[in-house]
Amino acid sequence: MRNVHVTRLSCSGVAAIVTRLSLGLLVLAGIVCLVAGQARAAGAPPSPVLTPLEQALTQIASDDDAVREAALRVVIEQGDSTILPRLEEIRANADRSVRLAIKPVMDLLRNRAKLEGPDPDARRSAATDLGTLGKPLAIPWLEQAAAKESYKWVRYTMLESAALLKLSGQDQAAKLGAVNSLGDLASQNAVPALKDIVAAGSGAEATEAQQSLADAANASIERIETWAVWSTAIETLFRGISLSSILLIMSVGLAIVFGLMGVINMAHGELMMVGAYATFMTQELFKAFLPATMFDYYFAVAMPMAFLVAAGCGLLLEVTVIRFLYGRPLETMLATWGISLVLMQAARVYFGDLTAVAAPAWLSGGLQVMVGVYLPNNRLFIILLSVICVITIYAILFRSGLGLRVRAVTQNRNMSACLGIPTRKVDAYTFAFGSGLAGVAGWALTLIGNVEPGLGQNYIVDSFMVVVTGGVGKLAGTIVASMGIGGLNKLLEPSLGAVYGKVCILVLVILFLQWRPSGLFAIKGRHADS
Amino acid sequence: MADPHDVNPQPGRDLGLAFWLTGFVLLVLMPLLNVLPPEDSWLHLSDFSLNRFGKFLAFAILALGLDLIWGYTGVLSLGQGVFFGLGAYCMGMHLMLTIGKESVYGSDLPDFMVWNQVKELPLFWKPFYSFPVAVLGSMLVPTAFALVFGFLAFRSRIKGVYFAIITQALALVAWLVFNRNETNLGGTNGLTDFKQLLGFRLSEPGTQRALYVLTVLCLGGAFLLCRWITRSRAGRVLIAVRDSEPRVVFSGYTPANYKLLVFVVAAALAGLAGMLYVPQVGIITPAQIGVLPSLEMVIWVAVGGRGTLAGAVLGAVSVNLGRSVLTNYFPELWPFILGGLFVVVVLLFPDGLIGIMRQARERFGQLKAKATALPEEELG
Repeated sequence: MRNVHVTRLSCSGVAAIVTRLSLGLLVLAGIVCLVAGQARAAGAPPSPVLTPLEQALTQIASDDDAVREAALRVVIEQGDSTILPRLEEIRANADRSVRLAIKPVMDLLRNRAKLEGPDPDARRSAATDLGTLGKPLAIPWLEQAAAKESYKWVRYTMLESAALLKLSGQDQAAKLGAVNSLGDLASQNAVPALKDIVAAGSGAEATEAQQSLADAANASIERIETWAVWSTAIETLFRGISLSSILLIMSVGLAIVFGLMGVINMAHGELMMVGAYATFMTQELFKAFLPATMFDYYFAVAMPMAFLVAAGCGLLLEVTVIRFLYGRPLETMLATWGISLVLMQAARVYFGDLTAVAAPAWLSGGLQVMVGVYLPNNRLFIILLSVICVITIYAILFRSGLGLRVRAVTQNRNMSACLGIPTRKVDAYTFAFGSGLAGVAGWALTLIGNVEPGLGQNYIVDSFMVVVTGGVGKLAGTIVASMGIGGLNKLLEPSLGAVYGKVCILVLVILFLQWRPSGLFAIKGRHADS
Repeated sequence: MADPHDVNPQPGRDLGLAFWLTGFVLLVLMPLLNVLPPEDSWLHLSDFSLNRFGKFLAFAILALGLDLIWGYTGVLSLGQGVFFGLGAYCMGMHLMLTIGKESVYGSDLPDFMVWNQVKELPLFWKPFYSFPVAVLGSMLVPTAFALVFGFLAFRSRIKGVYFAIITQALALVAWLVFNRNETNLGGTNGLTDFKQLLGFRLSEPGTQRALYVLTVLCLGGAFLLCRWITRSRAGRVLIAVRDSEPRVVFSGYTPANYKLLVFVVAAALAGLAGMLYVPQVGIITPAQIGVLPSLEMVIWVAVGGRGTLAGAVLGAVSVNLGRSVLTNYFPELWPFILGGLFVVVVLLFPDGLIGIMRQARERFGQLKAKATALPEEELG
């Protein structure tokens, strides 16, 4: 109703309201001026009940710079977060120069309050902010907070910020101490400031104190840079492992099917996409039908959903298409590629181009293991998942009846059939299982990217390469190959760039196949033809 | 796979009516329909249609090569787009350089280089000022590349699915590299905005008509070359390799050499197709040489009927004709149709259109035989 009303207001009505509002503002400003004038006229505390803080608060909007500075200092020293609303109020009514003067005070007070807050992330960001505000005043706050702090990385940031602030101070001894402690902390943030100190100390007219400081700074920079080399190396390693595990989760289903049936399922990427969309649908269902408190559990529920939906699709694919192409692997590739086109376009038509899955809270954020090395939780989760997948697959292949049959058919299909193993059934189940694994891979990929029709295409050629390099029949080949290709990818990327890194890997794979034409772990046998 | 009809039992017979008739239609009738009837006549073939058809026929040349390597030898190459692209870019570079000062920026350098602030023409562009170098290059570069790649692949007996995957990776990598700006090949936008070829304006219908005729002649030549290869002793070995490679090895042949030969011929034909494609279509971008285009080329051959040269030509023309009609009217449907084609052809019509026609002819022959046989029975 109100909306309707507003839209019906005439232009003149709007104008009248604006005039009235501005009149009101004028009156308000007048009152503030009056009050301020009275305060100045009174000079001394107008009434004895006012504490120094209260008095400072009234003086903060003063026109006299000296009075204002003094008042601000009192506010900073004695104030806490409780006066923030009042400062906000003063700021809203004051003119520009006063607003500019109050802003850093509010930032200081707000961050100081946050330093003692319950949330470690907030404490850490407050410490970072205080470090960049450049007010030496905050040093004791940071040091006190650091003494009480129980989280290692929050304490680290507090100490780092305190040392950074000391660098901009005047006290020579404190500066020297800060330079050394920044070196100890391996603080990457301190490098520009340290370089300034080195520059100041190397000038012709530098004093002896400046020179000794510069020497210390040089030593610290060196330590920081050595540390940076190590931490980059570790991060590269982590990224390599992360990519490897993505490739592993994607390729393992492909590899099992390839080993068993000699077929590369070109629609594998699209089965991953199916898994990702199953995750997305689960999320939407949770949003629609369950209370918000349950929302974080959707991701766990989505895993079996993704597996089952993708496995169902795979079974359908096997029964309707692949079964009829048995023994013709190239034709199977083409047919499954056709299916992948159809699936992709179907997703594009039905879901549109871009949909995203919100990662559950427990998978956002990350883990800091050392200075400069931050491992995102979702990547860690994918690494863990790949380990779990491999263990599960090993358990199924080597500790279950189905696994025994799968291994038998992989080794010698005709002999297995003679011994009464229903090879076609084994094929169908294995294909469904491999497809289900693709679904799980798609489920995991929603953590690191959008859910889109082209999702499967991003890594799929890489995972084909993994299967081909790894060879058939042995899971170990797939594991080693995905580690190799993923690791090399990330190893070459910094120096060669992503594209030439890929070129390099293709060349390496071709050269590798010169040496091992059927992959790392080929089944040994007496076949003249494979 | 050992279909008896793959090796033609009557050599020399089938270069009969069909070949000359097709040649007459393509080479004489279609250009005449373009030139002679007035524009509003229903017989008139528009410049656009003729030009489009020229593009399809260029694709048919590529399909012939692909049919040699896949249809006859049984080696599935999913990277044929790379060779096509190499040929096309060689010709495209020449066309870029002949633009000269007519470009948007009025510089001697191609526009995209001005845009990317390249000051001097890169060394590898310089030979392409010459037209003969461009023509030879567009066949020799893919040939040389195929020779190295094929040598490494076939020497170590990479085959079947492995070879397909490796060539697909090659297509992906080539696509990535051609997309980069620092390779000085025009990046994502590719090479375009061509003006002239040997002094003839590309926008003139006459030039396009000549290019069309040239394409038809090249297609005819390529067809005869492939026919000669498949009819020769080497052609028999190729089919034997497809049907049972170990037996070929045991009979004392080296399949790798034959495969390499046919892979290189296929690459040269793909390069030739690219060379003819560029001036007719007027643009070449990395999008035409990636993973998906390379796979589409395979489906042309599959639809037409692999293992028969006529099938490759028929498939390339019909799939592309269908594509250009359907993407015009139902752009969203095309991926469904293309995907469906992959499945249906592979599952239900492994011999493609040629196979269907052959079956129909056999059916018809049987009916006729019955019809003629009946009266005789009555007589007897």
